[in-house]
Amino acid sequence: MALTRPSLLPPRSTAAPTASVATRLLGGMSVVMIAVTVLLALAVTPADVVQGEAVRLMYAHLPTIWVAYGSFLVAAGASALYLWPRTRRRHWDRVAGATAEVGTVFTALCLVTGMLWGRITWGVYWQWDARLTTTLLLFVVYLGYLAVRRLPAEPVVRSRRSAITALIAVVNIVIVRYSVDWWNTLHQKASLTASDPEITGEMLGALLFAFVSFTVLASWLIVHRYRLIRMEELRDEEGLLRAIAERRAEAGLGVAG
Amino acid sequence: MFADAVLVARKDLTLELRSRVATNQILPLAILVLVVFAFALDANTTMLRIAGPGLYWVAVLFAGLLVVQRAFSIESADGIHDALRLSGLEPSAMFLGKLVSVGVQLLVLEAALLVGVILFFDVGISDIALIVSAAMTGTVAFAAAGVIYGVLSLGVRIRETLLPLLAVPVVAPVLLAATRAFEPAVGVTAASGWNWVALLVVVAAVYTALGLVSFGPLLEDG
Repeated sequence: MALTRPSLLPPRSTAAPTASVATRLLGGMSVVMIAVTVLLALAVTPADVVQGEAVRLMYAHLPTIWVAYGSFLVAAGASALYLWPRTRRRHWDRVAGATAEVGTVFTALCLVTGMLWGRITWGVYWQWDARLTTTLLLFVVYLGYLAVRRLPAEPVVRSRRSAITALIAVVNIVIVRYSVDWWNTLHQKASLTASDPEITGEMLGALLFAFVSFTVLASWLIVHRYRLIRMEELRDEEGLLRAIAERRAEAGLGVAG
Repeated sequence: MFADAVLVARKDLTLELRSRVATNQILPLAILVLVVFAFALDANTTMLRIAGPGLYWVAVLFAGLLVVQRAFSIESADGIHDALRLSGLEPSAMFLGKLVSVGVQLLVLEAALLVGVILFFDVGISDIALIVSAAMTGTVAFAAAGVIYGVLSLGVRIRETLLPLLAVPVVAPVLLAATRAFEPAVGVTAASGWNWVALLVVVAAVYTALGLVSFGPLLEDG
């Protein structure tokens, strides 16, 4: 009698897609809105008087950091809600995990677009400006947070540990921001924002539209990520039950043989 | 609570005194880091003197991370971790005890490195009070942050790599402020260093408070 090999496919109950009608709608909307943003940024809006064509990077750069900060704020709020005994639910842990991960991706995008923009306008990829330094550390801090989330542990342990790490991360970022700000005011004269002209008219409109479309895109990703975390949890729980059942079956075979 | 803290600190420091890991391995490594900096900067004494405060704190960072790792790796063997949890000691007292033991080791390390930069990098100290205050406050902030993340990574298999990733961004502002405070104290800049000491005091207070609150839940989890 041959042993049935355990299937490599996920258990059926977790094999459902993470999409629903609502998220498909959200996904479709974000694709269309991003397409319109690209059109607005590259074709409709004019080039800048000072920065020329390079200003078009702004429509990708500013929304990414907006999304990143928004996500991290939600992650911090969700972590606090998780730590507060009265509101402690697994749901908040998943919200924190999903938003922090999406936020980290957008922080990376912000750094990349910012460096490209910097290369064009300042001639260098990097300046030790307060905002750049803080953003870079923000990125590393949340990489650390995601590493903590991936530590193998009991779900309750992992959630509490991550929630505490998320709150320390927020405190850390405030301190980093403050100290590099101070460092800059003491050591650097020129402010990078001084040369930026006021944003008005159709440029402002396009920028606001870009903010909304990136927010929709991020929400879509976060919802999917949330559902994926839920499925991972299901898989872990079910995996344990399956493993027990398989070992029992093996033991049964051993006795019979 | 303070009696418990003293107990934990004394246990750790006794262990360190007897094992001599800190003095025989971490300290020589810290001095080696200074030597490597001289290689990297082509033994340019002027440059080494100017960069001295920064290089000093980077060396403290590298060696200090080892101290923090060591403070928690001695807890992970032989089920000491569970013993600590069952000991009935107040978690905040354990945090303070660890803070003191890590802090004392860091201070020894810093004193030795200070001698190192004076000898090797030709750094001359003009304001000893500023040096001592910046070192003391910077040490508390460093130790507090290190102990928080040390207990978090206790019992985790990837502790060696996780701890630096978590701790360095937290220690980065401490490094920045301590370096800036050291610069006027060794005559590299004319700016006042006391503002940076004030910042270090705030950072040390914030991380100590965070540690007192979070040590209990993190220790239970490990």
